[in-house]
Amino acid sequence: MRRTRAIARKELLHIARDPRSLIMALALPMVMLVMFGYALSLDVDQIPAVIYDQDGTAESRALWDGFRGSRYFTIVRHVDGYAQAESDLERGAALAALVIPRGFGAKLVAGERAPVQLILDGTDSNTASIALSYARGLILAHSGRVQTEWRLRSGAGEVPPPVDAQIRVAYNSELKSKNYIVPGLIAVILMIIAALLTSLAIAREWENGTMEELLSTPVRPAELVLGKLSAYFLLGAVDMVTAVLAGVVIFGVPMRGSTWLLFLSGGVFLFGALCWGLLLSAITRNQLQAYQLGLLSSFLPAFLLSGFVYAVDSMPLLPRAVSAAVPARYFVSLLKGVFLKGVGLEVLAVELGLLAVYALVVFALVTRKLREKIA
Amino acid sequence: MRAEPAVVIENLVKRFGSFVAVDHVSLEVARGEIFGFLGPNGAGKSTTIRILCGLLAPTSGRAVVQGFDAGSQPELVKAHIGYMSQRFSLYNDLTVEENIEFFSGVYGVAPERREDRKAYALRMAGLEGHRGVMTGLLAGGWKQRLALGCAILHEPPVIFLDEPTSGVDPVARRAFWDLIHDLSDAGQTVFVTTHHMDEAEYCHRAALMYRGRVIALGAPAELKAELKDDAATMEDVFVRLIERENAADTGHRA
Repeated sequence: MRRTRAIARKELLHIARDPRSLIMALALPMVMLVMFGYALSLDVDQIPAVIYDQDGTAESRALWDGFRGSRYFTIVRHVDGYAQAESDLERGAALAALVIPRGFGAKLVAGERAPVQLILDGTDSNTASIALSYARGLILAHSGRVQTEWRLRSGAGEVPPPVDAQIRVAYNSELKSKNYIVPGLIAVILMIIAALLTSLAIAREWENGTMEELLSTPVRPAELVLGKLSAYFLLGAVDMVTAVLAGVVIFGVPMRGSTWLLFLSGGVFLFGALCWGLLLSAITRNQLQAYQLGLLSSFLPAFLLSGFVYAVDSMPLLPRAVSAAVPARYFVSLLKGVFLKGVGLEVLAVELGLLAVYALVVFALVTRKLREKIA
Repeated sequence: MRAEPAVVIENLVKRFGSFVAVDHVSLEVARGEIFGFLGPNGAGKSTTIRILCGLLAPTSGRAVVQGFDAGSQPELVKAHIGYMSQRFSLYNDLTVEENIEFFSGVYGVAPERREDRKAYALRMAGLEGHRGVMTGLLAGGWKQRLALGCAILHEPPVIFLDEPTSGVDPVARRAFWDLIHDLSDAGQTVFVTTHHMDEAEYCHRAALMYRGRVIALGAPAELKAELKDDAATMEDVFVRLIERENAADTGHRA
C-alpha cells in the first residue's frame, strides 16, 4: 500500500510537470465532444430542393407549398428547365428536384391520376433514402387531401383512412441523433484518452532506464500497475464527469437513469481501458510504438465496432463477432441504457459484468508481463 | 551470527540464444567487502549483476545473495539489496527531494525513519541546500551520488553498483569511491562493476571478467604479484592477463 501510494504520487508529479499531456488529457475530450457532437449529426432536415413547376396552377402550387412548409425541405429556388435543375443537383446546390408536369392541375380537377417527378441526388444513399421517404410522405398526405376534396364535392362525405397508425417513438421521441451519439461518444473519448495516457507510462520508464531500477526494488508488479493506474484514473474520472456534464448541459441529452450506475460503469470501463494502455506500454517498451498502437487499438474499435454510430446488430457476422471483444461496445450499451432508457442493473448487469471481466483479464495480463524478467 | 558470505555464485551460466554472456562463473564475496568486478565492455559484468539482483533468470548455476537464491527467491533478494544501474536511474522531472521520497516509498522505509534517511541521502550527495532542484539539471557527479543515496535509503546489507563511475569526471570519481569506503566501513557489502581498471586499487578484492569468464581473482596486491613487476599499474596487470588469455585461446584453436 505504501509502495502503491509512492508510485501514484510520483506519477501525478509526472503528469503535473508535463503540460502537454495534461492539456491533452483535459482538453481533448471537450474538443472531441464538441466536434463530433455537432459534426456527426445524422439528422436529415432542411434538404435543399428546387421546384420545376411547368404547370403553374393553383393545384401545382398547393403541392409544392407542402414542401415549403415542411422542416425537412428548403426550397432553394424555382427553375424553368431540366438543365437548370440538373446543374443544381450536379453542383450540390440542391439534393432534390420536384418536377410538376404541364396539365397536372387539370388532371386533378378532372379526377384523373396526375404524375409528378422527383429527382434525388443518390450520392449519399443514406440522405437520399431519408429524403425519399419524407417526400413520399408529403405527397401521400397531399393526395389524401385532394381525395377528401373530391368526395366532399361529389357529396360522398368524408371517409377516414381505414388504418390509423398511432406511433410513439420511445426513449428518443424526437429521433434526434445527438441523443444517441453523445452518450456513445463518451465511451469513445474515454477509451482513447485512457489508452493514450497510459501507453506512455511504462514505456517511458524503459526508455529512461528507471524501469530496471524499479524492478530491483521490492515493488510488486501489481503495486506498480495499481499505482500508475490510480494516477491516470483520476484524470479519466475528471474527463468522464466533464463529458457527462457537457452532454447534458451543452447538448441537452436527457439523463434518465441512475447517476450512480453511470459512474460505476464508467469507473469499471476506465480501469480496463487504462490497463489496456499499460499492457501495450509494457509489451512495446517504446513510447512511440505504444502511442501509435494505443491510438489505433482504441479509436478504431471504439468508433466502428462499439455500436456508437453503426448498430452492432446490423453488422455482418465477422465484425459482429469481433465487436464482442470490444469493451466499448458494452459501455456504449450501458451509456445508452442509462441515459436514454433510464434502465438499471436489472437490464444492464450483463454488460457491466463483461466490462469487469475485461478489466480483470487485462489487469492480469499487465502484471504477468511485468513479472517477466528483463531480457 | 554466522559469517555467511554476502554473495555466493556457483557455476553461473547465462546464455542469450547461442551467445554465452556468463560462462561458469564461481566466486564468493564476504560481508563488508568491497568487491570489484572489472572487465572491458561486453564482458558479462552487467549480466552477472542483473542476475544477482533478481532481474534476469540464470540459465544454470546458482546466485545467492544474503542467503537468498536470486533465481528462485527474487522477492527476498530485492528486499535486501540496493541496486544502481548504469544510467543513474532517477526521474529528471522530479526534484531531488521528490526522488528521495519516491524511493523511500518504494523501498518501504518506515515512516519514522524517513526524515533521517532523507537527511542522510541529501548530506551524502552534498545536495542539502538543493532539495528543490529539478534532478535533470544536476551535473553528472551530483546525480551519481544522489542515485547512490536513493538506492541505499532502506539501508540494504548488500549494494550492487553497475558502472557507477562511467561518464563522471576524475574528481567526482574519487569522491564516489570515498563514499563506497564509508559504506563498507559501516558493514555494508559493495559489489561494484567498472571498466576503469585503475579502480581495482580501491577494492578489497577484484575479479577480472573477460568474454563471460573470470580470468583472475584476488586482492590488488596479489594480482600484481602474479606479474612479478612492482611498478605495474592495475591497468598493465589486466592488459597482460587479457593478452595471455587471448594467446591461450588461439593456442586451443590451433
